[in-house]
Amino acid sequence: MELTYEVEGGNFSKAGHASSSIKKVLKQLNVDPKVVKRVVVALYEAEVNVVAHAYNGIITARVEQGSVSIEVRDQGPGIPDIPLAMQAGYSTASAKVREMGFGAGMGLPNMKKNVDVLNISSQVGVGTRVELITYF
Amino acid sequence: MKVSDLVNELSLTVFSGQAGLDHDVTGGYTSDLLSDVMGNVDEGQVWITLQTHRNIMAVASLKEVAAVILVKGLEPAADTMVQSHEEGIPLLGTSLEAFEISGRLYQLLNPRG
Repeated sequence: MELTYEVEGGNFSKAGHASSSIKKVLKQLNVDPKVVKRVVVALYEAEVNVVAHAYNGIITARVEQGSVSIEVRDQGPGIPDIPLAMQAGYSTASAKVREMGFGAGMGLPNMKKNVDVLNISSQVGVGTRVELITYF
Repeated sequence: MKVSDLVNELSLTVFSGQAGLDHDVTGGYTSDLLSDVMGNVDEGQVWITLQTHRNIMAVASLKEVAAVILVKGLEPAADTMVQSHEEGIPLLGTSLEAFEISGRLYQLLNPRG
């Protein structure tokens, strides 16, 4: 099964819609609740990253026998230094975003902790692609 | 213990999400960083925060918390209440600071602790 969602950069009122929808689908498919929780934490972080940093993005989730693979592809500023971005506490979020309680530099570490495979590729000035794979 | 018991025992304001007042409460988590809550709050816990915007309800729903308590007399944004109703997750309030309400909630949930 493949699900696709559009994410609008800057629109925090919709942040979490794709995560919520994918969570419902995984529950309906009787995926282990522990797996659903992990996927949802990682996907929400990825979704918020697109809203906080990019102009727009597409989330594609593939649910297969034994795995959930999610690709989050955005058009945005890109990440110049991925190892630096992966460091807990490092963030380039704006003051406004931080005031909302986002931008604590915990998003990518949260993703890494909750999925089995995290792949990030990025081109500065073009965009970022994040792949999240969870096996069960 | 149910959310409605906390409302009575701790004199909390119920802003919205009354449908979830019968949720069982397993514990609490106090934090204003959304990623911290995403990563660490457990299902059935009460989340104590000063954030009032609607994204707290997205996090609350994804993590299936029992209820959210806003501290220091803060009031939720209108769309936060709407989403709380939609999700059936109670949005509560107290005039106390996070430290005090966390302590009282802890005592209530751990009478001998």
